[in-house]
Amino acid sequence: MTAIALATHGLNKSFGALKVTQDVRFKLPVGARHALIGPNGAGKTTFINLLTGMLPPDAGTIELDGTEITALPPHERVKRGLARTYQINTLFPDLTPLEAVTLVACERHGVSRQWFPSLASRRVLIEEAYALLAQLGIGDQARRPTRHLAYGHQRVLEIALALATHPHVLLLDEPAAGVPAQESGILYEVISGLPKEIAVLFIEHDMDLVFRFASYITVLASGRVLREGPPAEIAEDPEVRAVYLGTAVHG
Amino acid sequence: MPRPFLFPTRITPPVLPIIQGIVQVLFDGIAFGMLLFVMSVGLSITLGMMHFANLAHGVFAMLGGYVTVVLMHKAGVPFLETLPAAFVIVAIVSVPLERFVYRRMYSAKELDQVLLTVGIIYMAIAAAAYVWGPEPMAFALPDYLTRYRDIGSFSFSTYGALLLAIGTVITLVIFYGLERTRFGAMIRAAVDDRRVALGVGINVNRVFTITFAVGSGLAGLGGALGINALGLDPSFPIEYLVFFLIVVSIGGGGTVKGALAAALLLGLCDTAGKYYVPQTGAFIIYVVMLLVMLWRPNGLFGRP
Amino acid sequence: MTTEAQTTKAIADFRAQVRWQWYEPLFWLGAIAWYFLFPTYLPLGTQILCAALFALSLDLILGYGGIVSLGHTTFFGIGAYTAGLLAKHGWGEPITCLLAGGALAAIAGWICSFVIVRVQGVALLLVTLGINLVLYEAANKAYTITGGADGLQGIEFWKLFGVFDYDIYGRVSFVYTLAVVFVLFLVARRIVHSPFGLALKGMRENWKRMPALGAALRRHGALIFVLSAAIAGLSGALLAESVQFVALDSLGVQRSVDVLTMLIVGGTGVLYGSFVGATVYMVVRDQLADLNPAYWYFWIGLILVVIVLFTRNGLVGALSDATDWLKRRRGGGTAS
Repeated sequence: MTAIALATHGLNKSFGALKVTQDVRFKLPVGARHALIGPNGAGKTTFINLLTGMLPPDAGTIELDGTEITALPPHERVKRGLARTYQINTLFPDLTPLEAVTLVACERHGVSRQWFPSLASRRVLIEEAYALLAQLGIGDQARRPTRHLAYGHQRVLEIALALATHPHVLLLDEPAAGVPAQESGILYEVISGLPKEIAVLFIEHDMDLVFRFASYITVLASGRVLREGPPAEIAEDPEVRAVYLGTAVHG
Repeated sequence: MPRPFLFPTRITPPVLPIIQGIVQVLFDGIAFGMLLFVMSVGLSITLGMMHFANLAHGVFAMLGGYVTVVLMHKAGVPFLETLPAAFVIVAIVSVPLERFVYRRMYSAKELDQVLLTVGIIYMAIAAAAYVWGPEPMAFALPDYLTRYRDIGSFSFSTYGALLLAIGTVITLVIFYGLERTRFGAMIRAAVDDRRVALGVGINVNRVFTITFAVGSGLAGLGGALGINALGLDPSFPIEYLVFFLIVVSIGGGGTVKGALAAALLLGLCDTAGKYYVPQTGAFIIYVVMLLVMLWRPNGLFGRP
Repeated sequence: MTTEAQTTKAIADFRAQVRWQWYEPLFWLGAIAWYFLFPTYLPLGTQILCAALFALSLDLILGYGGIVSLGHTTFFGIGAYTAGLLAKHGWGEPITCLLAGGALAAIAGWICSFVIVRVQGVALLLVTLGINLVLYEAANKAYTITGGADGLQGIEFWKLFGVFDYDIYGRVSFVYTLAVVFVLFLVARRIVHSPFGLALKGMRENWKRMPALGAALRRHGALIFVLSAAIAGLSGALLAESVQFVALDSLGVQRSVDVLTMLIVGGTGVLYGSFVGATVYMVVRDQLADLNPAYWYFWIGLILVVIVLFTRNGLVGALSDATDWLKRRRGGGTAS
């Protein structure tokens, strides 16, 4: 059995009377390509917020590489290799992609509160930042302010920022959200080209993409894990079909 | 800084001084709190609904005060009859401001909202000084509001009683309006979640314009009612800005209950401070505000 | 283009930010020229420099870190009162008084930073304003120490370096202030072009994303707040030394709003915005001194409204938009 990169035990979260996460037990093996699906309001984004520490759980524990991280603040989890992206672009509009990725590199190297020497002399960090952008195919966009980038490029930058933290667990919240269908495949090629050591969990509504890229699927409904298993099993599951057909699924 | 606040409560002898003090502080404090509530409830709701930090809210209160004074002095209208006029005129004036200036700023950064409204305060102060002169306005309450009414061994100022009565009526109307009417439900929905409200077909812009106008009108009414206690001169919007901000921040944006509780708390603290430890000035309310902000940054009744 | 070439270009971009632009020496030469051109306006020049330095300190937290403060004069006032009180009680050596003012303001900033980094939005405005109000009331009431509303009077600073006496034309004062402001400007310039400066811009652009990228947001915020408070304190101490007086309104909310206005008029997040804004603001106010202050504020108000509604970033922003436009026209639309 492969090692577990990320695991939760009995995770619970409520907003008032609304239970958004109920007793979620979840395992993400090292190197996995794992999809998290479920109808709108199933609690998928909340689950990511809990994993990354943006929200505190009401009960339950979260483990990263076998160490409990439930009480760690978000930036400490990042330092231990847990990174995420956002469904809605959460970028730095006035910085160039190069500056933004360099910023992350500075954080990772622990030099982000230093004011000597100047940024320009951090050659290694800048080269590393550029190399990452080039590798993801947006090298030629690296020096324009982010707000001028095409939407699709911004989605790639969203992933680049997370990758710049050098994660070994990457949580992608609808990476292709808002990207036209013909381009979303390209985005997923980028994702599937990621190093095998990185465990990837992605939320995705497009079932074609899910079945193409996921090796394992967890179905969330009303804050609970409804089913989990390999794609073939999930596709055949009558209950999953009921949940999807019974509610409005947006494309 | 705030002027001393006076509705002298006269108390006839056989009552103990301690009780005398408590009764006076309670009466004055609650009356002042009601006045603050009427003036700032509009700001609380607009902040909750549009997340718009309108520091210029006091301009409406000042305008209401000037409407009342002008009507009384120039047209000989009795004090009580100027109050509805103060409400209506200020409400009408606020509509174009909301429609053409504020609306462009709802999605702007807080800093820009602050700067815009500070700019408006400055312009309003200068305009008021130009039109009505920089000195405090001469103002005298009608005789029947300077008298005292005896209840048992206490005797209360009729002015304080008027503030209490009007404040209570307005509070009841607001609560009824918000909880029981269709329009109130729309406001609550818009405060809760603007996007959802839009999604279910509520014309949030229109709801907001009306709410803004009513809130501004109430500020004008409060400004008119409060001339006797707060005074009236062009620097009014700056002088009492802190009071509005305290009510809104302690109460938490978007809750009428919170604004009421905060206004009463502020009225009582301020009055008690002035009565028992006059040498500390406004120190007490500032410290109370800071402590509340540290304890609950989103206010006592605000949502995190 | 090859990867190698692109990387070199990218590094050149960062270099270009640090390199001195053509207008920068001009700007400082202009400040020196003021000494010779306007010998009767040296006190005004000194006040402009102090105001600009104060605005610069605000720019560090607001224009770079994205932390909005409605009470930044807290630290300006602490610096001014520290220097003033030292001089009043027998220690009038200017350099040490200046440093003491900066140090005390930094300590106050450090204490406040524990609160500041925990709140955002309207609550942040309220907390900064609240701290300022409490301190103002305290200084107002403690008149045996501070002189209350009359201000701190009868303070005298010793000769600078034991040699240069503060003359009535303000010559020594101007040169001394200019030198200190220049040094602190270099410090600020260094900060904004460093990795820390980049992290600050990240906070301004999107503080929500920062923790998700491994940034310890509160520690970043605390550090820049302390640095900014120290510079604000130094500017307050400088002003106290040049006018030999500390007014109660150096702690007043009005001054916080004034400095915010200067910064906004000049432009945020571009170091020179503070200087442009302070100069325009102070010179115009000086020229309109006979006007009723109430009317002067009408124009300030109008300027604020116009800037917020119609410009991207104050005068400096408008200027750079204009030069971009000119460049585009000259370049026939090829430049980006």
